[in-house]
Amino acid sequence: MSAPTRTTTSAGTSTTTAPPSTNPGTRRETPSEQPPPFPGGVPLASLSAEAAAGHDVRPVVDGSEGCGQTGPLSTGTVAAEGEKPQPAIAAAAAQNTTNDPARAIPTQPSANSVSMAATTTRKREDQRGQATGRAGRLSRQVGAALATVSTKVAAILVLLAVWETAPRLGLVDATFLPPFSEVGAAWLELVGNGQLLSNAEASLVRSFSGFGLAVLIAVPLGLLIGWYRPVANLLGPLLEVFRNTAALALLPVFVLLLGIGETSKITIVLYACTWPILLNTITAVRTVDPTLLRLARSMDVTGFRLFQKVILPASVPTVFTGVRLAGAVSILVLVAAEMVGAKAGLGYLINASQYNFAIPQMYAGIITISAIGVTFNQILVALERRFTSWRVPVGA
Amino acid sequence: MSEHISFRGITKRFPVKDGRSRSDFTAVEAIDLDIDRGEFVVLVGPSGCGKSTLLDLLGGLTAPSDGEIVLDGTPVTGPGLDRGIVFQQYALLPWRTALGNVEFGLEATGVPRRERTERAQEFLDLVGLTGFEQRHPHELSGGMRQRVAIARSLAYDPAVLLMDEPFAALDAQTRESLQDELLRIWERTGKTIVFITHSIDEAVYLGQRVAVLTSRPGRIKQIVRIDLGDRAGQPDLRSSPDFARYRHQIWDLLRDEVSRAQQQEKEVVGA
Repeated sequence: MSAPTRTTTSAGTSTTTAPPSTNPGTRRETPSEQPPPFPGGVPLASLSAEAAAGHDVRPVVDGSEGCGQTGPLSTGTVAAEGEKPQPAIAAAAAQNTTNDPARAIPTQPSANSVSMAATTTRKREDQRGQATGRAGRLSRQVGAALATVSTKVAAILVLLAVWETAPRLGLVDATFLPPFSEVGAAWLELVGNGQLLSNAEASLVRSFSGFGLAVLIAVPLGLLIGWYRPVANLLGPLLEVFRNTAALALLPVFVLLLGIGETSKITIVLYACTWPILLNTITAVRTVDPTLLRLARSMDVTGFRLFQKVILPASVPTVFTGVRLAGAVSILVLVAAEMVGAKAGLGYLINASQYNFAIPQMYAGIITISAIGVTFNQILVALERRFTSWRVPVGA
Repeated sequence: MSEHISFRGITKRFPVKDGRSRSDFTAVEAIDLDIDRGEFVVLVGPSGCGKSTLLDLLGGLTAPSDGEIVLDGTPVTGPGLDRGIVFQQYALLPWRTALGNVEFGLEATGVPRRERTERAQEFLDLVGLTGFEQRHPHELSGGMRQRVAIARSLAYDPAVLLMDEPFAALDAQTRESLQDELLRIWERTGKTIVFITHSIDEAVYLGQRVAVLTSRPGRIKQIVRIDLGDRAGQPDLRSSPDFARYRHQIWDLLRDEVSRAQQQEKEVVGA
């Protein structure tokens, strides 16, 4: 879409005769996005150490037969009884691999497929953006898109190459950082025996439940707090206390009150996700362009109509920033929570693998989490674009 | 023709907190001004003289400290759709298309949906934006955005159009073409227009009467009636001797005020 003459608004070009005046022509046009303080860094190392120190962590890595090839130390892996996947489930899991995001590039070596999944999403986006062109330009555009994609993939490929070669050349201890191909093999194996799927499912259900509830609660609450001064005054101090309390510091409290089951995990995700959404929603409402409010007032648009027609749509971009942050937080906090006390989930898988010295499996779990994180973020970014397409493109 | 809008002894003071002491800042003082129906009146003055305050008062966005504004026999007590404001910063809803923005004003009046689109289209045509209905504000140039804003204000058919330096943020060429356009629209619709500017050229070119304001606190120094005959009939009105004479007259009136305003500004910064 070719934009018409986009004149920059520089005012007062003919001021030769006009009385000198300060020029009010440069007003803030887009509300500056202020990402809210991030709730609590996650001391993963200390958490896993704590877990190892005596929490109820049952070491269950039942794919241990297959771990024999990963290294001499994997003999330390403990196979837990009764955790073997049922054949049917295993078959289903095997089928499910075809539903993996990596299917988009079937010729790709599967070892790379996880990291490729992320870039495939990006590639699709680029192509969608350009697919609207005419057929004649299509091939050139595809070429350009491929060039963009390859640039974007380059750094990841370099990382993987370093990961593959450094342990093989003995630059790092291959025991603690196995080559990427071994991790890939372990990942495939975890997919094959259904462990990865069941753990990922457990994590995703918790993560999405907490995240979804947080959106449902925090957006309306944020709108209320942002708009009604008395509500803000009432709840302000309370919010200040809670948001400055690291979510994970409250994990023991949640566990004590709600047990180590699903409730406590969903609750802590809900808790952690609430803050970025809530704070961004409040900011969004407070930073609605004042000229728009003046306009609405001059037209006698007040109350609910003002909210519906001006404040809500104007807030969408900033609210979405909060939602996107919350998406990242939901996975971050959940993994940490699963490392402390859980019987399933990717955090549990990683922690248990490390505990059992199934190092490739541990990395496989980590890769899965990062893939989920990237995918989730991409989905949210795509949603954000869809809802805020009216915004001035950044950098335009 | 009876007076349409009447400022009667309007004074507006704002409380200011200056450190510990509280004082009042007088923006405009004892303004008396009568405007006829269908008249084009321009308020011109140095920066900070309370031009925009006067417009806010007329728009009902603020209330005067003293005096009253009477519009068609009833005092102004709040905002209303009998007055349409065109802001300098366009104030377009960025998530709506040009058409949607024009419809916004109509939604407030409760015009049925189908009629809204028709009316909005009609007014976009009037301001010369046929074919740009589905563009979002960020896809329009500054001049086009202001056209949308003008169309929006006209669409709900207010009796008075209040314009607060609407062309100040535009480049010179765009501004001149929009000035012509505005005169054309004014002649076609017969609206009363109260226009604020700090540009003398703009004031002389547009106004039937130009009210020159003093620097802070804003008072009406003089009202100059501009009689340039048929504006549209003259190819280059701005270089005619009459135009130059009016321009000089207003420039003369403003000169002292501008230097006084600058002095005041320095004092404020220095204090």
